[in-house]
Amino acid sequence: MPPDTRYPDIVEWPAILLTARLALVTTLILFIVGTPLAWWLARSRSRAAIAIEAITAMPLVLPPTVLGFYLLILLSPTSTLGGIWVQLTGSALTFSFSGLVVASVIYSLPFMVQPLQNAFDELGNNSLEAAATLGAGPIDRFFNVALPQCRRGFITAGVMTFAHTVGEFGVVLMVGGNIPEQTRVISIAIYENVETLNYAQAHALSAGLLLFSFVTLITVYAVNRRSPVRVA
Amino acid sequence: MSSSKSDILRIDIDSHRGDFHLRIATDLSNKGMTAVFGRNGSGKSSLLRCLAGLEECTGVIRVAGHTWLDTQAGINLPTHRRSVGYVFQDLRLFPHLSVADNLHFAARRRGANAMQVSELIDRLALAHLCDRRPSELSGGEQQRVALARTLLCQPRLLLLDEPTAALDVNAKAELLPYIRDVCNDLSIPTLFVCHAVDEIAMLTDYTLVLENGRLQTQGDTADVVENHTLQAIIGRRESGAVLSSTVTAYDESYQLSYLQCADQTLVLPMAIAQQPGQTAQVFVRARDVSLSTTRPESISIRNVLKAPITAINQEPGTAFAEVILDLGGQPLHARLTRAAVDELGLTIGQKVWALVKSVSFDGG
Repeated sequence: MPPDTRYPDIVEWPAILLTARLALVTTLILFIVGTPLAWWLARSRSRAAIAIEAITAMPLVLPPTVLGFYLLILLSPTSTLGGIWVQLTGSALTFSFSGLVVASVIYSLPFMVQPLQNAFDELGNNSLEAAATLGAGPIDRFFNVALPQCRRGFITAGVMTFAHTVGEFGVVLMVGGNIPEQTRVISIAIYENVETLNYAQAHALSAGLLLFSFVTLITVYAVNRRSPVRVA
Repeated sequence: MSSSKSDILRIDIDSHRGDFHLRIATDLSNKGMTAVFGRNGSGKSSLLRCLAGLEECTGVIRVAGHTWLDTQAGINLPTHRRSVGYVFQDLRLFPHLSVADNLHFAARRRGANAMQVSELIDRLALAHLCDRRPSELSGGEQQRVALARTLLCQPRLLLLDEPTAALDVNAKAELLPYIRDVCNDLSIPTLFVCHAVDEIAMLTDYTLVLENGRLQTQGDTADVVENHTLQAIIGRRESGAVLSSTVTAYDESYQLSYLQCADQTLVLPMAIAQQPGQTAQVFVRARDVSLSTTRPESISIRNVLKAPITAINQEPGTAFAEVILDLGGQPLHARLTRAAVDELGLTIGQKVWALVKSVSFDGG
């Protein structure tokens, strides 16, 4: 393969922007999906909760290629789910940005659910019971008692989910391929740059990710060390 | 299962939790403070939690004409729709809110206005604490905030679950007058879970005694405290009697309160909330009472009461005997050694001097 000439700049901005967009959309979706799931896991005493908890944690231990392989089958236009998507939107989920979002949501699920579940566990029932006796209904209790007290958990969950999505490679490669401005995220771009011996471009992106990861972790640890959390 | 609407509080509930079975049925018409007394695990807190809707139970709960629970009729209001005020043993102030915001949390949801908030802040001396976080307050201060927050709910039923348990003696002595004053003014049924007989005596008119999830006994506090079943629960070492008395004066320079009990005077080394002329109940532990057959002279004990002996109960298998005196119709218990009873030659009908250590009236 000849050196890639589509990106004459050292810094591959389209890949960076696409990655940021993917991570942002994934994180937002996971806040909406992961919060009730984590709440239920923290509170449920049913046996089903154990199984669901294990399923939630699967992406942590599965090789990304395994996850990617099954997602590819699940999302392909010939499958039920993929077929429905094609009927609804007119385009396939595989090798598209939407497909990447679906894959990322599943791949990064534990990074959202686990910090939230820990925060909800730690919160316990005491504050919530007190709030109920003060006339606060369930929604009120969640937003005005649980959420502010679990603020650190939400920050950690959001940052970890975003960072983990930025760093994913195997699943994206299997499900999304390498389509510029569609599925060519940073990690894919680095891989291809290295394969094609574009070391300068690979360096630019890799060093950027290195710095980004460091800043992310610094943020998470700083948030978790500072106490108590003050709410303005 | 029918009841008239005039019932202040109707409880008829069943609750199972593991091996524990709570089964309580009683109608309370008492608008003041009712003590809920019993050993650990007797179901005191469970009763309160069931009333508040924090624990599942079946049966009927009706408060001042409002039905909170009626299993047969399919009524079971969730906690936030029951007009209940609950002061938890472990405080449970919201750590993420300032004291003022903790109070506003309750006021906003139950419709208390700004004037009521500031009035209660004055009343419970919270003004200087308003901007602080709960974690920056002492135990007694936190408990006052919790009490204020609960009262701002304008509840129809007030539940106090050992509000003094986590406090030291000083904080307790400071908090009790607040609880008594505020609850007296409110005139709503109040259940007060408590382990300390002296607090029950000081604060409550009526007492429920629970054992193994059942209502073992109920009645006027003074009678129940006298009752032997209660003494079995609290142990003889802690047993004693409630004396009803009238406040006559308060000596500010010595910080002493004077109470009239029958035709005799009691001195308390503390300020009490009642004004002269009002009645006050005090608890005297039997072990804090000594007897003398002659009038004692030149001693530090301020309370020396003259009274005839009405009964002498030997406690077989122990070194002790309980001597009961008649203090103008009210019993006063003294716990002596059996040897002392014999040595002094105490007999029924004999007039003796009871020496009561002033400290026994203390909140601790």
